Parts: sequence; structure tokens; C-alpha cells
Amino acid sequence: MEGHDFALWEKRVDALMVLCSSKGHFTVDGLRRALEDMGADAFEKHSYYERWIAAVNQNLIEDGVYTLEELATRMDEVAARGATYGEAAHG
Amino acid sequence: MADRVRVRAFMPPGHVRAPAYLRGKTGVIERSLGAFGNPEQLAYGLPADKKPLYRVRFTMAELWGNAAERPDDTLDAEIYAHWLEEVPDHAP
Amino acid sequence: MPHDQHDHDHDHHGTSPSGHPYRHDNDEALTYWQRMEIAVRELLIEKGVTTAAEIAAQIDLMDSRSPANGAAVVARAWTDPAFKQRLLANAGDASREMGFDIGPLHLIAVENTADTHNLIVCTLCSCYPRNLLGLPPDWYKTRAYRSRAVREPRAVLTEFGVDVPQDSTIRVHDSTADMRYIVLPARPAGTENLSVEELAAWVTRDCMIGTALPRAPQVVSTGA
Repeated sequence: MEGHDFALWEKRVDALMVLCSSKGHFTVDGLRRALEDMGADAFEKHSYYERWIAAVNQNLIEDGVYTLEELATRMDEVAARGATYGEAAHG
Repeated sequence: MADRVRVRAFMPPGHVRAPAYLRGKTGVIERSLGAFGNPEQLAYGLPADKKPLYRVRFTMAELWGNAAERPDDTLDAEIYAHWLEEVPDHAP
Repeated sequence: MPHDQHDHDHDHHGTSPSGHPYRHDNDEALTYWQRMEIAVRELLIEKGVTTAAEIAAQIDLMDSRSPANGAAVVARAWTDPAFKQRLLANAGDASREMGFDIGPLHLIAVENTADTHNLIVCTLCSCYPRNLLGLPPDWYKTRAYRSRAVREPRAVLTEFGVDVPQDSTIRVHDSTADMRYIVLPARPAGTENLSVEELAAWVTRDCMIGTALPRAPQVVSTGA
């Protein structure tokens, strides 16, 4: 329950959320709407930053920053790089 | 805006910042906060109208009835003017 | 609910052969959501929305924010009545006056007194004065805290070890829209001779959420 240090990937999600909203790609309200639209079970099944990256992605797709095909292709490439976050993120 | 206000009891689908547990409840304006972009438009990437925002104070008795731990404890929340309706002052 | 902080033990889990600290989170199996984070971040950089350096700088900025910032604000308010008035009138501007880069944050300070105790919550999501205090504790984001703080604040406070007398009023603040809140705790008796720096050490993160009261700093053993 206690505040832990956040993992690097979680800090990156937080940074992307702040940067993309400050650049006008979405609002905090847009993120909240996407979080709510995930439904009640998302809260049980997924961690805080898992839900936030999903909401960031949803809003970026809606803003036309990249397409779903680009996302899917890149997620596949990332998975092929290695079994750990460190390998897949190139450190 | 009147001193006494009631949160509108609408339950539309979608993103609304007036929490469900406060809808239909009556409180008093604690302070006016100025005008802010309407979250119901911002949430969908739309240009947003500026809407007056108020801090409204409710008693725990109003919110929870007999289940309140102490009736005079209070809850303050920020509610947009378009979610508030005026409540006429009754004679005491 | 426990309420001690362990925020200072990061990056001390050993050192790699190259002399860099291990990031333990980098060595665990890649998850679907981590893949999404990597993909989104790379696409944003390739599209020119942001840069790796900008992301790193934003992480550093967030890491630099901590409850110590809020504690400094509180201690100043305890020792400088004119500052306290400015803080209660506009806590955002008063924090900026002390040099804290809190961005566009709209901050309201609510004052604990002899007969009033304030408690902060966000029932809708996880709104928190993050640009002053850093990221919220995990318990603040739980459904249990978010739902119970507005319905049974006294029971919640008792679990945190704070007993508010029945003749005192509790004021709960639900951060429902654009404002963020910080509690200005009451200055404890017996602290009249302390410096502003010494006073700041009495103010923990939870004091500024309302789930703790200021107390003399405990001696922390290092290397644990």
C-alpha cells in the first residue's frame, strides 16, 4: 500500500502524459474520460500506470499523432528485441 | 449564484466532474473560483466553453443521513455552475 | 494504513560492473503495457512530438518535487504571519514566491485550527498537488481511501492514528475539478524556539494530506 519508488517505465508514462498534454495533444480530462471508459474491471486488473499508458495511447490515436497500425507494428518490433524491459527498451 | 445550491441530479453517460454521490444534494457556496474550460467538452477533444466553477460545502448529514459519523462535519467539492441549481431560501 | 515514507532508497540496489546502478525494473519480464510505453514513446520521438532529452528532463523535474517543498511552505507560514495570509489567499502564488516551479497548478491551502481538521481526497481519480509535493502515495489512489474518506473520514483518520475530538469539525475536500489542496497543519505547542528549517522537519507528506499531525522528527537509521 505504501508509496514505492516508481519503475523507470512508469516514470516515462508520467512524463509522456505531462509532455503531450502541455503540447496540446490531449487534456487531463481526455485522459480521465479514457480511464473511465475502460470500465470498472480495469481498476482491478491493471496497475495505475498500466491504465495511464492505455489512456495516453487512446488519446494520441484520437489526436492522429500515429495510427493503430504504426502502434501495433512497433509493439511487435519491441517484443522481438528481448525478454526484459531493459533489453526491449534498448536500456 | 444563490448561496444555497443543489447539484443537478442528471446521470448522463460520459465524463462529468460532478461526482455521482453529490448529485441531488444541497449545499452552500463556499467560494467562487473563476471560470474554467468545461471538462465535458475537453474530455472529447472539443473547444471548451469557460464555465464558472464554485466550491460548494455540504454537511455530512445532507450526504449520508443517519449514517453520518458526525452530522456537522463537512465536505467541500468543486462544481461547475451548469451542474448547480439555485435553492430558494426558506424562512427559518 | 501505514504512513511512513520509503522514498529515498531508489538506485541503491547495487552497482553494475560498469559502475552504474542497476535498475531492478529493467530486469523483469517485459509486459504488454511496457511494450506499449516503449512503442508510444518511440513513435512520439520519431514524429517530432518530443525528444528523449525532454522526457528525461521531465522525469528529473518530477523526481525533484517532494513533500519537503510543501514542508518548507508550511514552516514559513508558521513563522511569517504575512506569508500565511498570502498562502491562505492564493497558495499557488505563495508557493511560487518561495521559488517552487509548480507550473499552472491552482492550489488552495486549508488551515487546521483548534476546532477544525481538514482532509484531502480525490474521489474521481487521483488529483493531488503533484507539482508541489511530487507523486501521491499509493494508498491515496486506492478505491478504499477514495470512497471512505468522504463517507467515514473519522474512521479513516483513526486508522492513520489521528483521533479528531467529537467537538472538532472535520472538513473533507474532494478535488473534483481544477483545484488542488494542501493542508496547513496547526503548529504544535512547544515549538516556539525552533528555526524555520527545524520546523519543516516536523511536517510530513501525510500532514499536508490531513492523515497525520506534525510531530518531532524521528532519528532515522541509515543503511537499512
